[in-house]
Amino acid sequence: MATVSVRSVRKAFGSVEVLHGVDVEVEDGEFVILVGPSGCGKSTLLRMIAGLENITRGEIAIGGRVVNNVAPKERDIAMVFQNYALYPHMTVLDNMAFSLTLLNAPKSVIEEKVGRAAAILGLEPYLARYPRQLSGGQRQRVAMGRAIVRDPQVFLFDEPLSNLDAKLRVQMRAEIKELHQRLKTTTIYVTHDQIEAMTMADKIVVMNGGNVEQMGAPLELYDRPRNLFVAGFIGSPAMNFVKGKIEGGIFRAGEVSLPLPTDPGTAREGQPIVYGIRPEHLRLDPNGVAATVHVTEPTGSETQVIMHLAGSQVVGAFRERIAEKPGQHLHIAPDPALVHLFDEQTGTRLN
Amino acid sequence: MTDAPKPLSTINARVDSEVQGGVTEAEGPQMMSWDSHTRRWVVVYIPLLLFLFVLLFPFYWMGVTTFKPDSELLDFKNNNPFWVTSPTLANIKKLLFDTDYGHWLVTTMFVAVGSTFLSILASVLAAYAIQRLRFKGSEYVGLAIYAAYLVPPSILFIPLAQVVFQLGLYDTSFALILTYPTFLVPFCTWLLIGYFKSIPYELEECALIDGASRLQILRRITLPLAVPGLISAGIFAFTLSWNEFIYALAFISSTENKTVPVAILTELVSGDVYHWGALMAGALLGSLPVAIFYMFFVEYYVSSLTGAVKE
Repeated sequence: MATVSVRSVRKAFGSVEVLHGVDVEVEDGEFVILVGPSGCGKSTLLRMIAGLENITRGEIAIGGRVVNNVAPKERDIAMVFQNYALYPHMTVLDNMAFSLTLLNAPKSVIEEKVGRAAAILGLEPYLARYPRQLSGGQRQRVAMGRAIVRDPQVFLFDEPLSNLDAKLRVQMRAEIKELHQRLKTTTIYVTHDQIEAMTMADKIVVMNGGNVEQMGAPLELYDRPRNLFVAGFIGSPAMNFVKGKIEGGIFRAGEVSLPLPTDPGTAREGQPIVYGIRPEHLRLDPNGVAATVHVTEPTGSETQVIMHLAGSQVVGAFRERIAEKPGQHLHIAPDPALVHLFDEQTGTRLN
Repeated sequence: MTDAPKPLSTINARVDSEVQGGVTEAEGPQMMSWDSHTRRWVVVYIPLLLFLFVLLFPFYWMGVTTFKPDSELLDFKNNNPFWVTSPTLANIKKLLFDTDYGHWLVTTMFVAVGSTFLSILASVLAAYAIQRLRFKGSEYVGLAIYAAYLVPPSILFIPLAQVVFQLGLYDTSFALILTYPTFLVPFCTWLLIGYFKSIPYELEECALIDGASRLQILRRITLPLAVPGLISAGIFAFTLSWNEFIYALAFISSTENKTVPVAILTELVSGDVYHWGALMAGALLGSLPVAIFYMFFVEYYVSSLTGAVKE
């Protein structure tokens, strides 16, 4: 186990810079998830930590040792690839034992370590099979087993669940989290799925366009997104945004006025503002503003309603059952304590 | 030769599809099965049979001639040229016992195996370096290797002869083993570059993290996965060196060091007398090793040209 420090790391492919100075600190034993839309540089960063890409500028340290010029095999890391990268010509056993055979480990050690990893992952019945004879979830487990066997300082995961179907993904998500709780190995995990990030991470690093937008515990990001991008990226269904201005102590967007949060922060009178409210923080209120119902989506436990309000589309998630038909009005009010205000120009948080 | 029936079959196919298309529309679904049946015959089987005929007829002719006595061979007026009435082994006997044929076969085999082995070894390393190490200018090296392939052997043999003489290799098998790679290496390198490309890059990255060196990756990951590619490169190289003519003709002078294609032509044609029976017997026996080779590996061969590595 080890800490990982990424310090002002830049990456350029030719003249195109894809990472513009990234700083990430990973504590010993922490589960950190790099999340962001595709092309944001999260996989590149992971591959730089693994040593598969050169570091253009800045430095990366694993366990206090700067590894900029250290070969991947000497970084004491293990990586799980998106397509698992199992060696097709080797059995599960040989796949898992490969790194140990390269070290010329004695047979007893190999058997013991592979046996332990197979037991953890429930792979014992499959040791003699070839990767092509396994299902997607089993392959995923073999890939993780291969990583566990090495007993590395750091686990790296590159979108490991994106090739699995939805149900299996949920199951493997829990398995990976459980595995981390059991082994307590420092883990860096890349995904584009914010639900994976929310449910698994100790710390989430939200990346966009080669920059870190925000870093923090999942609920911290959820409760206090630092800017519009993070606010829109974290949470499902996504946060609602309404554009408008503060006039006379309330937020106005055309005809509609909405209450300001208890502490409006640096938001000034007349400043163009984006008013953010999460779907689940809208409640039904006879004294609230009238929104036109567009679509209702009952899920049983709650009902999501897509509405039109002040020219914006707004989604509400209500515990109540909604009887209103499309075209009818629904009176809703945001919870003032949970309102987010952003500067329309810079996108930064104001309150 | 093989190109000859092609236009015919395409014309057939086109005419057929037009005719059948019209009929199908007019007659409705009832006619469909009959249609597709005839259609398949005209579009698939008949062209295939034509190809088969064109491709196999030389072998048939070779076989028939091998077993013909001279009387039948030289007199088509009183004998059916396409059939043997009184087969004889005299030609084969003459080939095997009155010439150095056995010796030629051994030499040819030695040369073919030696140059194939050398070429594959060089090509694997070259292709891996060009495709995976991506050193500076690797693309240009790849192109340069290909450019070397474009120099026709009929020109290249002149400077190569100088080299062969200087090295004192003239009239030895090594003259051929060392010159055949000039055309085998470029070909095999390009074939293997293509094959290595089909092996997922993540496998090697994963092995790199697992602690393998480049050579270990090549030996334990890439090569085992590239076996079909290696086999087809091997078949190509083997066939080309087995059948090679110009270098073998230019660099070998003594009868016992000759390879089969050169030997049967130079030793079985005396003056303007062609010993057709023995010639054909030599060609027939000479093509057997290659045919057997193909037979065993045809599946790998096809898969390497059509498929990629699947996990």
